[in-house]
Amino acid sequence: MIPVWAQVCYVVAAVCFILALKGLSSPKSARRGNLIGAVGALLAVVVTFIAYDIDNLGWILLAVAVGAVPGALGARRVAMTAMPQLVALFNGVGGGAAALVALLEVRHSELLSDGALLASAFTILIGAVSFSGSVITFLKLQELMTGRPITFPGGPFVFGGVLVASVGLGVWTVATGSMTLAIILALVGLLAGVLLVLPVGGADVPIVISLLNAFTGLAVAAGGYVLENALLLVAGTLVGASGTILTRAMARAMGRSVSSILFGAFKGGSSAGGGEVSDRPVRSAGPDDVAIMLAYARRVIVVPGYGLAVAQAQHTIRELVDLLEKRGVEVGYAIHPVAGRMPGHMNVLLAEANVPYEQLLEMDTANGQLRTADVALVVGANDVVNPAARTSPGSPIYGMPILDADHAGAIVFLKRSMRPGFAGIENELLFDAKTTLLFGDAKASLTALVTALKSL
Amino acid sequence: MTEGVALLTVFVLAVFVGFEVVSKVSSTLHTPLMSGANAIHGVILVGAVIVAGTADEAGVLVVALIAVVLATLNLVGGFVVTDRMLEMFGGKRADAPSAAKEGGE
Repeated sequence: MIPVWAQVCYVVAAVCFILALKGLSSPKSARRGNLIGAVGALLAVVVTFIAYDIDNLGWILLAVAVGAVPGALGARRVAMTAMPQLVALFNGVGGGAAALVALLEVRHSELLSDGALLASAFTILIGAVSFSGSVITFLKLQELMTGRPITFPGGPFVFGGVLVASVGLGVWTVATGSMTLAIILALVGLLAGVLLVLPVGGADVPIVISLLNAFTGLAVAAGGYVLENALLLVAGTLVGASGTILTRAMARAMGRSVSSILFGAFKGGSSAGGGEVSDRPVRSAGPDDVAIMLAYARRVIVVPGYGLAVAQAQHTIRELVDLLEKRGVEVGYAIHPVAGRMPGHMNVLLAEANVPYEQLLEMDTANGQLRTADVALVVGANDVVNPAARTSPGSPIYGMPILDADHAGAIVFLKRSMRPGFAGIENELLFDAKTTLLFGDAKASLTALVTALKSL
Repeated sequence: MTEGVALLTVFVLAVFVGFEVVSKVSSTLHTPLMSGANAIHGVILVGAVIVAGTADEAGVLVVALIAVVLATLNLVGGFVVTDRMLEMFGGKRADAPSAAKEGGE
């Protein structure tokens, strides 16, 4: 049993985690909240080294250094656009760590109660699912494998079979306390994670990251039960519960349910469609024409999307907006809740370019202003302005809340090509009579617009 | 067995706290929140350290050390990347001269 003072420190750390999550709910306190969480984690780790009878200290400190250096460097250096996959990776390794810890506990299964053994089996299975599932989401987002749903005949039956097998194996592991069975359980968990994420379409992957995040939380919580460590139990449960709420909130922002995301592709209703390039006529224009349209508008609403982020054009768009404001044009940014690749991702990217917070319009406000806007400038976005979400019940994105760019007087799309968006479906708005297209890389097009505006 | 029930009580209460604390978060902060929650479960490092610290044979120690590395990656990387995201939310009040304000505080 660990000393009382250490348990009190664990309670303090748990409170830090609660305050961290609480702080993260407001932009003003968010950063402080995160720091409080980090302090809590540091306290917990230091206390663990002192309170428990820790052998192999040198090796453990070395392992901590081996993990900490690439973790900190990777987190510092990664481009903000690649952040979703980094979070996925961090989540996956956390799940993997939980599974390994539980696996090692099974080796003295004769000392564990039935409840603890059950919790071990749960941690091994869920941790393994989270690990392999996160690796697949990482590969999808990093575009090391296709973002399209991958299905094969009988897929649902294979997945169902694996689920039944894992539950059976879990029960068998608990009944026998066998290490061999526990290892097989971990392997089946890895397979289940892969099968879980493969059929998920590109646009839905971030929601799956959030779901796997909740999974890892639950795995850590169960690990806390096994080790009789209340801090792990509280921290893991907090993440599991908040992750579940967050997953639902994200799914709602996209007008989808969590089950339709996971099992959509099985039923043929996933978010990724054909992805063919259409050859229907569109109206395109040069930067000079578009610059004139913008300069003589009264109100322009910018709709930024992932294309803006990929081109690293956040700073250029701000320059363009500053120029327009100097000419007396009223400008705002319409931010779709899932613009970019995760909820709130676009806010982070624009904040990076020092865009004032007041210019960022949430969806409802933006839709009100779009009705009276002269120009909607859509930069590297597609699915979030696709009217099919409102009008065609057959479309995979039907029901997703969108920005009503089609209500503006004119619509300008800055696009690289006629390729469909992340969800892989065609956008009727591109062929609308009010729409003008300016082809090219978002950054190059915006730079051309800035030059054209300056010479007006 | 009472130990088990005590832990179960803690678990149930933590579920409600977890639900309550994040129920009113604006969608703007969903990404940092997910990332912050992700960092918090990196505290499984505590479990990995305990297991590594009681390892009595080489094979067990190796596996436990792998768990320590993975958990540290999760914990440290998670908090740092969340801080980097949030740095951008707070920074603009200070009228930053340019966006190239990388590195520490």
